Amino acid sequence: MGTEARRKERLDRGVKVRTEKLYAVSGWQEITYLVLPRLALILGLLILPLVMPSMYWQKVLCSMGVFALLAIAFDFLAHYVGLVCLGGALFTGVGAYISGLLSSSTGLSPALTIPIATLGGGLICTLLLLPCLPLRGVYFAIVTIIYPLAIVRILTALNIWGGTEGISALATFPNIWVEVYLILGMVLIVLFALRRLVNEDYGLVLRGIKDNDQAVRASGINVTFYKAQAVFITAAIGCFCGAYLSCLYGWCGLSLFALDFSILPIAATVMGGLGTLVGPLLGACILTPLSEVLRAIGTWRIVIYCVVLLSFIVFKPEGLMNWIQRKYHQFEHWEKI
Amino acid sequence: MSISEEVVLQARNVSKTFGGVKAVNEVSFDLHGGEIMGIIGPNGSGKTTLINLVTGFVKPDSGKVFFKGKELTGLPPHRIADLGVTRTFQVMRPYASLPAYKNLIVPLCSPRVKRSSGGKLGDRDIVCIDLLEEVGFERDAYVPYKIASSLPLGYLKRLELARCLALRPEVVICDEVFSGLSMAEIATMIPVIERLQMEGMTIIMIEHRLRELFRLADKVMVLNFGEKIAEGVAEEVMENEAVREAYMGKEEK
Repeated sequence: MGTEARRKERLDRGVKVRTEKLYAVSGWQEITYLVLPRLALILGLLILPLVMPSMYWQKVLCSMGVFALLAIAFDFLAHYVGLVCLGGALFTGVGAYISGLLSSSTGLSPALTIPIATLGGGLICTLLLLPCLPLRGVYFAIVTIIYPLAIVRILTALNIWGGTEGISALATFPNIWVEVYLILGMVLIVLFALRRLVNEDYGLVLRGIKDNDQAVRASGINVTFYKAQAVFITAAIGCFCGAYLSCLYGWCGLSLFALDFSILPIAATVMGGLGTLVGPLLGACILTPLSEVLRAIGTWRIVIYCVVLLSFIVFKPEGLMNWIQRKYHQFEHWEKI
Repeated sequence: MSISEEVVLQARNVSKTFGGVKAVNEVSFDLHGGEIMGIIGPNGSGKTTLINLVTGFVKPDSGKVFFKGKELTGLPPHRIADLGVTRTFQVMRPYASLPAYKNLIVPLCSPRVKRSSGGKLGDRDIVCIDLLEEVGFERDAYVPYKIASSLPLGYLKRLELARCLALRPEVVICDEVFSGLSMAEIATMIPVIERLQMEGMTIIMIEHRLRELFRLADKVMVLNFGEKIAEGVAEEVMENEAVREAYMGKEEK
């Protein structure tokens, strides 16, 4: 036979490291293999603000951090608990208004208003969503998308808390470095905490609820209670973002309930890869600066968004991160037969 | 095999209607401690609905269910499981993304297990593997570590049973654990169930495999169109006119 037969061989480098804990520290190569991606991520995020050309781009980093947090929270709730939340804006809005009202009425500093808004807002959002947690199916998604729309109308109609003007002249952060490192630090903390959480026993129960909630019920576990806790975690992250934004702008208003805070994180998650947690961060890192660059061409950027999203859904539904992770863990090479 | 005098599980005139169809109609039964009761009947006769009613997944329209004198009717499924009445599901849906043994971490996180172990369970992975061995997984084989969605049916049924046993329940309700299994697989499942009875568990089995069921069951209840048409020892029940009619049609005279 004249033609040479070849086939693609695939070796999985990660299996050995992932299955045998001891093997991982058996040599420099393995340690580097494990530590390098994590180290690159942490150092990359921490160095990024230092190399930004201007204050403007540092501000872009801040909003990138916000969208990354929202996207990570969305991914956690959608992929690990099975609750698709289309209303991230509910969380940002509630967090922003709590922090804004506290700041304007009592003059507390962001160091106090943000934690209070994070926990209190998380609690309020969880209570708001509690009625649809025992239900399965699309109810949760529908209710989450309705809340931010309804709240905007209510605030406009009642004309309370500044009405359409919002609340201005709020306490802000002392300088840009606090602003940018607070949000980036939070991104890293949330990312690694959630990654740990979903692999703990607690996370296994949540994943069980996603795969088969009936079986979890039959195991004597209160599914609604667990769902509520997961929603609280997500809502608290979202409320932190809102409170942070209100302190960043020194203002809070109805635009913090805007659809952007619901949709952009989902787009980032689709692009980055559902279920990886770090993927949504990657997606936010690409989409937020992209939308700044495209600001110049006005409405056309929406079209470009749509094209980018559609092509990801059609051609790479697994998302960037799942693809990168696979390539990182596997060697592919051609083998003669 | 000692059956106690105590009535562990009791149903009184339980009924459920789905859109005009009487799925379960005025069914009552008493289950003594350590007893195995088989529930048989043609397809659509209300067997699984009856189980759903007992375990709280469906609320009965009327009637009551008691566990050791405590009323179960109206309690949510997780409370009933917490009291010690657990069930398997007819349609196997394991936690697909997890390895088989990790599936059992979920029941081990339940309040019931935490209470009974006093928070000292030891290495959970080992507890899981032990449980799988109890239902007939080979300990040293690769099977327990396989992703649950790739397990063959026989192992899925065992995994489902192990998920129940992880709670150390008092009543286990098995919804067709033998269906779809080969004779060889069933032969290895039977001793598992016999051992559970020896350990004092009370068991309800819904089954279409009558021969295997009759080997195990102390008594059999027959449902047809949601109604109980017979109850008793296996041989007696199969002699019953109504039962023969339900299974084989009316005899021409």
